[in-house]
Parts: sequence; C-alpha cells; structure tokens
Amino acid sequence: MIPIEHILLLSALLFIIGVLGVMLRRNVIVIFMSIELMLNAVNLSFVTFARSLDSMTGVVFIFFIIVVAAAEAVVGLSIILSIFRTRKTLNIDEFNLLKW
Amino acid sequence: MSQIWLVPAFPLLGFILNGFLGKRFGTHFVTFVGPLAVGMAFAQSLVLFFQMLEAEGNVLNEHLYTWIASGNFEAGINFTVDQLSGLYLLIITGVGFLIHVYSVGYMKGESGYYRFFAYLNLFVFFMLLLVLGDSFLLMFVGWEGVGLCSYLLIGYYFEKDSAAEAAKKAFLFNRIGDFGVLSAVLLIFLSFGSIEFATVNAEAATRLEFGGPLVTAITLLLFLGATGKSAQIPLFVWLPDAMEGPTPVSALIHAATMVTAGLYMVARLSHLFVLAPFTMNVIAVVGATTAILAATIAITQTDIKRVLAYSTVSQLGYMFLAMGVGAFGAGVFHVMTHAFFKALLFLGSGSVILAIHHEQDMRKMGALKNKLPITYVTMLLGTLAISGIPFFSGFFSKDEILWKAFSSSFGSPWLWFVGFLTAGMTAFYMFRMIYLTFHGDSRVDSHVAEHVRESPLSITLPLVILAALAVIGGFFGVPHVFHVIPNGIEVYFHDFFAEIPAGHGNVSTEWTLMILSVIFALFSWFMASRLYHSGFEIASGLRSKWEWAYQLSLNKWYVDELYNSLIIQPGRLLSTHLLWGLFDQNVIDRAVNTTGAVARSVGNTIRPFQNGLIQNYALIFTIGTFLILWYMT
Repeated sequence: MIPIEHILLLSALLFIIGVLGVMLRRNVIVIFMSIELMLNAVNLSFVTFARSLDSMTGVVFIFFIIVVAAAEAVVGLSIILSIFRTRKTLNIDEFNLLKW
Repeated sequence: MSQIWLVPAFPLLGFILNGFLGKRFGTHFVTFVGPLAVGMAFAQSLVLFFQMLEAEGNVLNEHLYTWIASGNFEAGINFTVDQLSGLYLLIITGVGFLIHVYSVGYMKGESGYYRFFAYLNLFVFFMLLLVLGDSFLLMFVGWEGVGLCSYLLIGYYFEKDSAAEAAKKAFLFNRIGDFGVLSAVLLIFLSFGSIEFATVNAEAATRLEFGGPLVTAITLLLFLGATGKSAQIPLFVWLPDAMEGPTPVSALIHAATMVTAGLYMVARLSHLFVLAPFTMNVIAVVGATTAILAATIAITQTDIKRVLAYSTVSQLGYMFLAMGVGAFGAGVFHVMTHAFFKALLFLGSGSVILAIHHEQDMRKMGALKNKLPITYVTMLLGTLAISGIPFFSGFFSKDEILWKAFSSSFGSPWLWFVGFLTAGMTAFYMFRMIYLTFHGDSRVDSHVAEHVRESPLSITLPLVILAALAVIGGFFGVPHVFHVIPNGIEVYFHDFFAEIPAGHGNVSTEWTLMILSVIFALFSWFMASRLYHSGFEIASGLRSKWEWAYQLSLNKWYVDELYNSLIIQPGRLLSTHLLWGLFDQNVIDRAVNTTGAVARSVGNTIRPFQNGLIQNYALIFTIGTFLILWYMT
C-alpha cells in the first residue's frame, strides 16, 4: 500500500508541471496538453481521497471532469486548427490581436 | 341609465376615424363623419339636458372607471351633468355642430381636410371632458387637451411662420395659466383631501376661513389659470394672434367655447370664490379693465378677424366682470348669448373672407352687401346683438351684467361706468366693421370683385341658424323690471351658485341705466355710420388730430412690446449669460466632462495590462490564485 502522501505529492508535482507548461511554453498544442495534465493531476488527487475515505463521490467527480476535458479537447483543437490555417503558426505570442 | 359617456365618445370616435382613416378614405368620408360625430353628441346632449331638468336636484352622475385609488383618496372618471355643465353641453355640441357643417364648405379643397376635422373632433371631445368631469383632475385633462387642440389648430397652416409663432405663443401663455391651476388644485387637495367639485363646493365654507389667506391664494391661482385660458389681462395677448388659424377655429375655439373654460371654472367653484372677497374684486377689476382695453384696441384694427378677436377679449372681460361682482348666472348667460353672436360674426367674416379670396383686410373690402346678402343680413343681426340694441340677445345679457356691476354688493358705480363705456365702444367698432365691409364704395381688387358671390349652403345655413339664436337667445333671461315673463336664467340656476349678500338699487335706477346704455349704443351706431359709411376718408381726418391715441390703439397699447422688453429680453439675457454661460457651461458641462476625463485617465493607466499575450494573463491569474489561497489559509 502506497502511502497517501506520496500520491498527493505526485499529483501536486503534475499540477505544477502543467501550470509551468501553460506559462512558459510557446507552442499552443503543448500548452493545451499542459492544461490536460493539470486536469488529470486533479483527477489523481480525487481518486486518492476517494479510496482513503472509502467514498464514491470523488470517483463521480472524475467522470464529470473527463467528460468536460473531452469536450474541451474537441473545441480547443478545432480552434487551434482554424487559427493555424489562417496564421500559419502555433506560437502563442503571435496570437495577440485581442488587446486594448 | 343616462349614458353620459356617449356625449364625449362620439367626437372621440370621430377623431379616431378621421385621424387614422380619413386620409385613406378621402374627403367624402371625412365630410360625413366629422359633423355627424358632433351632431350625435348634440342629440345625446339634448336628451341629457331634459333628463337633468327632471332629475332629483337637477344632477345626473355617472361613474365610469376608478382611475386612482390611494388610501382614502379616490379619483375616477365620473361625469356630471347639472345646470351649468348641461348648458355648456348644449353650447359646445350645438354651436360646435353648426361650425362643423360650416367647415365643410369653408375648408373645401384644403390639403389637410381630414386633419382639420380630426383636430376639431378631438377639440370637442376634450371640451366635453372639461365640462363633464366631476373633479379637478378630469377637468384638468380636458383643460390641457383643449389647449393642445388650440395649438394644433392655430398652427394648422404650419408652413406659415406667423401661424407657427402664434400657435407657440398661445401654448406658452396657456402654460403660465396652467401653472396657476395646478398649484391651486394641489392646495385644494391639501386643505380638502378631495378634488371633487361637489365636495369642495359643499365644504368650502366650513373648511376655509372667510377671506383668509389660504382661500385667497387658491382662488387667485385659479383665476390666473382662467386669465390664461380666457384671455384676460395679463395673459390676453395670445388670443388676437390665434386668428392665424382657419376661421371656423376662431369661431369655435377662440370665441364660443374654449375661451369660456376659465369662466366655467369660476362659475363651477362659485362657493369657493365668494369666500375670497379680495379675489372677487380682482376678478371684477381685471375683467372691466380687459373689457375696455380690448375695446379701445378693436376700434382701429383693420383686419376683420382681429376686430372680432379683440371684441372677444372685451366680451370675455365682461363675463369676468359679472363673475367678479357675484353675478354668476348673468356671466354664464352672457357666455351663452356671446357663443351665439360671436360664432355668427366669426363665421360671417369667414364667409366674407372666402368670397374675396382670403383677404382679411377691411381696407380692401366695402360694398359687399348686395353681393353677399345672406352674410350681410346675418352679420348685421349679430352686430345688433353684440351692440346691445334692445330685444336682441346681447341686450339682455349685457344689461344684466351692467346692472349687477352697479348694484351688487361686490359692485360699484365705477365698474358700471367702465362697462358702460365699453358697451358704447363695442357698438362703435362693430358697426364700423359692418360699414367698412358691406357699405360704401368697393375697395376690392377689380379682378377679384367680378367673382364675388354668396357662399354655399353649408356656410349660409349655420349663419342663418346662429342669427336666429342670436336674435331670440336673450329671451331666456329677461330682467325682472320688464314684468313680462320670469327671468329664465334665474329660475334655471335656482340654488346652484353661491349666494352673495343682497345688493342695493331700485327699479327706477335699473330703468335709467338701461335706457342710458341703449342711448349710448345707438349714439355709437350713429357715429360709426357718420364716420365710416363711405370708407376711411372721414375717419382719417379725425385720425390726424389724435395721432398719438390712434397709434396707441393700433399698436395694441404696446403690450406685446412691453412683454418683449420686460420679460422676453431679460429672460433671454438671463439664459444666455447666467444660466447658459455661467451655470450650464461651468457647472453642468464641467461635471460631465470631468466624469469622462477621469474614466479616460484611469483607462489609460491600466490599459497596458491587456497586452494580448495570453501567457501574461495566465501568470497574473496564477499569482492571483496563490494570493487568494495564501489569504484563506
């Protein structure tokens, strides 16, 4: 039995990697993957708590998150695709028209 | 059921049909609907009038709809027909119907034919609302409504500058009066807790101190409203300008009905007004002054409609003189006879104007009596009536007023004397008008003169009917001294108006005064015939001797100029320099501009944060989240 602290630490590490990925990477697809990573880090802590508390509530939450993440992946990838078709780049710093 | 609501409903329906469908359905439709709507209202008024005479206490009431109910205050759409509103109903719908018929002939071929009848119907509706309403609220609705219709109809030829100006002037002067009415209604509501005429009249004596400041203030404010609507000093100057409207409008609104609304209000609230002797004196003096002032102006005017307009102002002054000396019945009697003969005179002048191709200047008239025989005879009868020649209607009502001005406890010989002078002047300027228009040599343009012919039946028929009324209308109120038939007007208004302390004077004085005024009127007639039987030549000799008086009269005592320099110009200076230049620009504009400038500078400061770099936003978002988490733990 792996102690609960270890799994939560892993979850936190995954989340921080996701946050840093969103803030530091330039490629939109990598940023998008980092967002998914954050979601799954949260999923991991949910499932950990669900097992240690012997409750199904956390597991139910995970299903919701996975559904939302799937929908988000569809929408997000379509947006990225259409942006790429017009701008011929995936560098996020070039997508800066929406300002002031 | 008495079905009072039908009376205003017909003209309202007429307005809706004419206003919304008249343009599409054409003139035949309008010609049919316009007069018919008022004719039906007249028929229903007749029915109501006789029902009212037989009803208990001579009152018919009808509750239609509760408009406002708040606590123990309630205002509804309630209609009342009593002696006063019953008589007004007949005048409004009867004379109104004749004038509608007349308009069919007069307005023929005008571009806004349907618009004219729609407004005229709407006016009749509001006027009926004014007299039928049982509370100040409903009366005020009608009061404002007739003002609106008056504005619309004066400005009927709105493409003409002078008409648009006159309409604006009438509206503004009425506004000043409306301010008085509204303030008075608020004061009445505060002191009575009710705005129904019946309550106010019944409780006035118990709730208000006789001659106290409150009742004086209320009545003076009401009288201010009456001076606006009924064209008395100081607000009379709009009425002569209102002659810019078509002649039927002048006849209906600015002679027979709307301008008597102020008198209606005073008569309606007689129990309130007698509690304020000061106001009564003010009314009498203002009425007498207006009467003589307007008469002096009318003497030199050359526009036929302006003569009649000033004559109307003068006659309205007479009626207020009657109200002011407590002779409410006599005042209302004069309202009735005046409605007959003044509507007749206006319509007659319209017939003349139409015959000589819209020329109103009497310097371009003359010798029309053979060409316009019906117009001539009817106008002559109207002139005899207004001049107070014995046994015509004006004789009875005018002499009743003069006698009351002399003998009533509110009256005085001075008031009588002013009224007496005015009566003589009235005869003079009216016969001057008759001689200049119909007698002497023709001054009509020669190519117009060939085409002059009598107006069509739709014009002459109302003239004949009104002339008949102007002749016999006076027998309704034959004074006591004749001992022939009882004074109908006193029987009719029995116990309706407030009682005033008995006056003085005896029968022989009354006879003397009556004979004096008749002699004076006949003398004025004689003078007018000597001076004007052949045009302006003789009078212009006299004029050069009295040039200053002539100028004073011709320029209307410079009242317009006085208002211009005393009120309009200072008002304009005040607005441009103080209100606009100082306050508006420096306070209001500055406040608005500063608000905008603050918003802009704040925006400029924080604008760089929105730089379009998404990762920048993500950074700020993350830092914010950590800050919140840190704060919460």
